Amino acid sequence: MSDSQVQLPIIDQPQSNRRGFMKTVGATLGLAAWAAAMKPLLELTEDVNADEFLQNHYRELTAEQKAVVFKRLEEDAKKEYNADVTISDPAPIENVQFGYALNLSVCIGCRKCAEACHIENNHDRASNNSYIRVFEMEMGGIDFEKGNATYDHPVPAPGKYYMPVQCQQCENAPCVTACPIEATWKEPDGIVVVDYNWCIGCRYCEAACPYHARRFNWEKPEIPAEEVNPNQSYLSNRIRPQGVMEKCTFCLHRTREGRLPACLEACPTGARVFGNLLDPDSEIRWVIENKRTFVLKEELGTKPRFFYYFD
Amino acid sequence: MKVSAGKTLFTVGLIAISALAAQIYANVEKNVDVETPVRLNQADLFPVNLNAPKLLSHVSTGQIDSDGNPIQLSCQSCHSVRVPDPKNGSQGPLLSFHQDLDFVHGKLVCISCHNPEGSFSNFRLASGQSVEPENLMELCAQCHGPQFRDYQHGSHGGMTGYWDLTKGPRQRNHCIDCHDPHQPAFPQFRPAAGPKDRFPPHHEKGTHE
Repeated sequence: MSDSQVQLPIIDQPQSNRRGFMKTVGATLGLAAWAAAMKPLLELTEDVNADEFLQNHYRELTAEQKAVVFKRLEEDAKKEYNADVTISDPAPIENVQFGYALNLSVCIGCRKCAEACHIENNHDRASNNSYIRVFEMEMGGIDFEKGNATYDHPVPAPGKYYMPVQCQQCENAPCVTACPIEATWKEPDGIVVVDYNWCIGCRYCEAACPYHARRFNWEKPEIPAEEVNPNQSYLSNRIRPQGVMEKCTFCLHRTREGRLPACLEACPTGARVFGNLLDPDSEIRWVIENKRTFVLKEELGTKPRFFYYFD
Repeated sequence: MKVSAGKTLFTVGLIAISALAAQIYANVEKNVDVETPVRLNQADLFPVNLNAPKLLSHVSTGQIDSDGNPIQLSCQSCHSVRVPDPKNGSQGPLLSFHQDLDFVHGKLVCISCHNPEGSFSNFRLASGQSVEPENLMELCAQCHGPQFRDYQHGSHGGMTGYWDLTKGPRQRNHCIDCHDPHQPAFPQFRPAAGPKDRFPPHHEKGTHE
């Protein structure tokens, strides 16, 4: 008891109060941490606005909210790219399941498909990005280890065949499963899409994809105003922001309106066949029923919708 | 009559299982009946148009007239009076005209396709039957059957337009848009630019070896 009585006066001395000191230090540190955390708010610029930050997931947007979002994106395109674009949102067509087939015997490796993709989908000009990668392969096998995607000599070269690879729109898509925030999903017509505004850019999907079909926007895409494709849609070819994933969407802004994908239109040989898998009279069905089609890396169980065949 | 509880239970169980099996079977039957899509009437669809082949009517003489325009001659100018050599399949033996024509197409001869009876400005099949310009593909299809079959099923030859013909038309290439009938093998050419990878492959070849 006598001990505590001796120490009591110390509590009454505010200058040398240990607890008070600790409180002050704690409060200061806390305030500093809070200020640091809030600092980005001071740096808020016009391209990171609250509307964009608070935007819902695409599948949770109502028609009115979509209209607002699309208008904002159109204005952004005008501001940042000086391009008058329209952002549409074509819905999947009922009783349509898209499928694609490619004839390796006919493909000559001209890369016209990759080039058309680059233009149609508003890819970054500097990186010459495209959702299609054409591999020059050794005749006699499908060995991607020996494949070369950066060839630059007259084609078709003797002893080689050419294998364009793009998103296989898998039935059992590993990229969709890998995404931690459901920013990518499979649409009812079989197309795997990305909500570029929901994507956090973790690149798990890129790692999960066995076909290297996904691309990351390391930088803000650079496209001259006159080269911007103004016919855009929210889920496909609108200009992607920096730091998000992107992928082939079978040109859904075209194909959901009945048109052929840009890569097929560009193909001079007719190696590409596109259509509705549910229509028994479609070209794609004829190919699957009459040609010896196969899918890439079948053993992985991804169940692609992109078929290859030889004649 | 004395009926044991076990037998009753067995009978009831048997009836229940039979009913269940019948139900499952009925469901299977129902599932077999897949809804067949409505096949569309061809008349309701947009057309598939073919690039029209450019037909011959004149040949250049290589000379120009007093106004500086190239002098062209109609095929009939010569072919109505000259008798064709049925064995000739190259420009070699020709004394005049067609000198710049390289012919590398199997063992065909000029009159395999060009109809001498129509003064060479139209075509004929192997049977001798004349071919209308809109059916010119039949001429190629005589030998290139598999390609023609694939073409008819949309898996050979470039096209543009609509996959869904209920929404719009389609435009298709003709054989001779890509294949020169006199030299049908597709020539080598330079491809479009390749990808500029962030991390380019170590080797020029781009292999992982």
